Amino acid sequence: MVIVGGGVVGAACAYYAARAGLTVTVVERGAVAGGTTGAGEGNLLVSDKEPGPELDLAVLSSARWAELAAEDGLGAAVEYEPKGGLVVAETEEGAAGLAGLAARQRASGVEAVEVPAAELTGYEPHLAPDLAGGMFYPQDAQVQPMLAAAHLLRASGAEVRTGVTVTGMSRSGARVTGVRTDRGDLAAGAVVNAAGTWGGEVAALAGVNVPILPRRGFILVTEPLPPLIRHKVYAAEYVANVASDDEGLESSAVVEGTPAGTILIGATRERVGFDRTLSTAALRRLARQAIRLFPVLADVAAIRAYCGFRPYCPDHLPVIGPDPRAEGLLHACGHEGAGIGLAAATGHLIAQSLTGARPDFDLHPFRPDRFPEQP
Amino acid sequence: MRDVVVIGAGPAGLAAAVAAATAGLDVALIDAGRRPGGQFYRHHAAETGRLHHDWDAFVRLRDALDRLTYLPGHRVWHVEDGFTVHALAGDRDERPVRIDARAVVVATGAHDRSLPFPGWDLPGVLTAGGAQALLKGDRVPAGKRIVVAGTGPFLLPVATGLARAGATVAGVFEANRPYGFARHVARHPGKAREGAGYAALLARHRIPYRTGHAVVAAHGDDRIEAVTVARLDRDWAPVRERVIACDTVAVGYGFTPQLEIPLQLGCATRMDADGSLIVAVDVTQRTSVPGVYAAGETTGVGGAQLSLVEGELAGLAVAEAAGGVAPDPADVQRLLARRRRLRAFAGAMHAAYPVRPGWMDRLRDDTLVCRCEEVTRGRLAEAAELGATDPRSAKLLSRAGMGWCQGRVCGYATAWLAAGVCGRLPGADDLRGIARRPLAQPLRLGDLATDDQP
Amino acid sequence: MSQIVFEGRPVPFHPGQSIGAALTAAGIRSWRTTRSGGRPRGLYCGIGVCFDCLITVNGRPSLRACMVEAREGDVVEGGGRDA
Repeated sequence: MVIVGGGVVGAACAYYAARAGLTVTVVERGAVAGGTTGAGEGNLLVSDKEPGPELDLAVLSSARWAELAAEDGLGAAVEYEPKGGLVVAETEEGAAGLAGLAARQRASGVEAVEVPAAELTGYEPHLAPDLAGGMFYPQDAQVQPMLAAAHLLRASGAEVRTGVTVTGMSRSGARVTGVRTDRGDLAAGAVVNAAGTWGGEVAALAGVNVPILPRRGFILVTEPLPPLIRHKVYAAEYVANVASDDEGLESSAVVEGTPAGTILIGATRERVGFDRTLSTAALRRLARQAIRLFPVLADVAAIRAYCGFRPYCPDHLPVIGPDPRAEGLLHACGHEGAGIGLAAATGHLIAQSLTGARPDFDLHPFRPDRFPEQP
Repeated sequence: MRDVVVIGAGPAGLAAAVAAATAGLDVALIDAGRRPGGQFYRHHAAETGRLHHDWDAFVRLRDALDRLTYLPGHRVWHVEDGFTVHALAGDRDERPVRIDARAVVVATGAHDRSLPFPGWDLPGVLTAGGAQALLKGDRVPAGKRIVVAGTGPFLLPVATGLARAGATVAGVFEANRPYGFARHVARHPGKAREGAGYAALLARHRIPYRTGHAVVAAHGDDRIEAVTVARLDRDWAPVRERVIACDTVAVGYGFTPQLEIPLQLGCATRMDADGSLIVAVDVTQRTSVPGVYAAGETTGVGGAQLSLVEGELAGLAVAEAAGGVAPDPADVQRLLARRRRLRAFAGAMHAAYPVRPGWMDRLRDDTLVCRCEEVTRGRLAEAAELGATDPRSAKLLSRAGMGWCQGRVCGYATAWLAAGVCGRLPGADDLRGIARRPLAQPLRLGDLATDDQP
Repeated sequence: MSQIVFEGRPVPFHPGQSIGAALTAAGIRSWRTTRSGGRPRGLYCGIGVCFDCLITVNGRPSLRACMVEAREGDVVEGGGRDA
């Protein structure tokens, strides 16, 4: 099989497919983890999702990541940290909303521990003193996304061909039998589209419509500090932002420490195409929100900012599974801002599809042909 | 809203700002330094110009600063299209400042280009420019017994300046053998005089000058006590080594232009003959972005005289575009001719003082490449095994260039090492991949959260 | 001559000098240690590019010693927040 895309989703597909006994080649236009993966924070979150198919996928993926991290050396190599997420509310209404969400999430297998206002500083000593309460999610975790992709690819034993651009699909009748590239053709029993934000373009090469658009995000990185923030911390408004259809600038800072000592503050959400121009307004909002949660950060320097482009579909669900419109083609893309977290389950489910095993999971909500055909 | 903001008050920026202001424009000249002059005219508070070449040219420009708004001690962290310059004022109690202008002249200069070697992180190892800055700006010799090494004519003023200030210069080790360069120098009377002056000073202070030699290791526990100097073959592989005692090394392998601002603005870049990424400009110093001009080292490292010429051309072009006075065509012709001559000289200099691949032979597995994140050559080799075939992915997989300096110091070396994995030399795309810095300076989140005011 | 106080001891400076220059003139070559290797660091680039020379001045951390002008009575400690 051939996987198009050397980001974390392609890497996870390669890993699980190889483990299922398939021979895998990964074709990547740029470098390993050079696209959205390389601009990610490494969030493995269950806390930020409303009950539904994406949350179910996240819960499955959380367990898969924990298994991967337990494999020999892999957890340390990808900087896996099962640190847990702390969602905080500024108001009593916000706290009540969090409690309601957590109650619904628990039915999907999410662990959530209510944290009264007075106990918040026990979790995070530097939190602002005037917050109304919070919810702790022990399943939330973190990896270093670039290392995750690179180590999964290496562990897969797949042949990885970087700097190779897919220019077309080989066909036998309606069936996809391989890819054409700028470095020659590659025959394959199956082709997996794991091209992330560029997945729509790869789908188009097979003549099928998978509407994936970029949603820009900026992340701020601080100077290295001694350990200051223990968990992934964000405000309750983040959940509303993730699911929002608003085109304008939205942001809700997720604040967290990293093993390198820096604190990551991310991310904004904007629909501005593939424009990399820095938005100072976006950075100012991130800074304000981070300081609102952790006043101590006001005096800490930001040393870096970077942006990436999340791949999103109109219904904010990923596209996972075989494409009935093009036999031999499978999709594993459109994970929006949750690609690192959802990668493990996605790879696992793709491998099950490829080997004819019954998927652990109903892929119907993620089917590639759920969108209206383009006029 | 100003007519133009000039970023950087070195030779290019001063010349641009004064030319534009003299033509009647409302000019803001913004600079990180405490005093005008940039690196070349860096000077002490009570400077007389004794240690400087072309000091008169600087004095003329400095005396014209009352025609414009000069903002020293301002560090620009971002420039937005349109144009809005965001900066921090003050050296300890920073204050966010914003300046709006219709045009921008980028004259941000360059910093030393570093090549790592074992022990280069020991205290007492400085860049050649760092030693020069201490001497010119603070009148402090960087040490007592100093070895000067690297490549390029810049090593000469550094060595002779240190000797005149009372330091013992144990040797100048020039990695190249620039035999053919003398005839280019001979064509420029000013540069020939300058070169003869250095030769006389080297002789007077009994400073050994060795071509085809390099410092390949520094030794010491918590400060430098000695260096290993090697004779090099044509590709810079070490041939014969000896140890020289010293308390300081000043080392530099050319310069890296500071391109944060033009890259933030989306200006097109290209690779220069010396292997540095530079801003592409046309004959009037215009970049690919309307309203943005660049002059001096950002358009190709070429020295202070060239910077003065380019700065003046840029200032005149901004003034003309703003509907001001059209410059005297004879003046422009004179400047263009001078720029051609000086650019040709810079080209000859780059050809005579290249970087050769043998510098990588000096690195051991445990040699630091990235000083900030303490990334060794071994860690970069692991990143290469994981699939890092270009500098950006090497950075993402190893953290080289992710620390405080954001790859300014290690970027060039990382580019060589990453490209070398694929058996090639670094190209423009390799350098572009690690040159983007949306924040050109660190800034406190509290300052970022505050809207700066015009 | 004016003085700053570096880690409890007086260090003289000439007006207009940077703190990094004053320390160097006093024979002090390093004033912070690295986060992971614990290695000593001081001036390297001397012009505000490398951030090796980080200091804390009057309680304000992570400043560049090569860029901050010394002022009478400044209390200087090596390093930034991570040291």
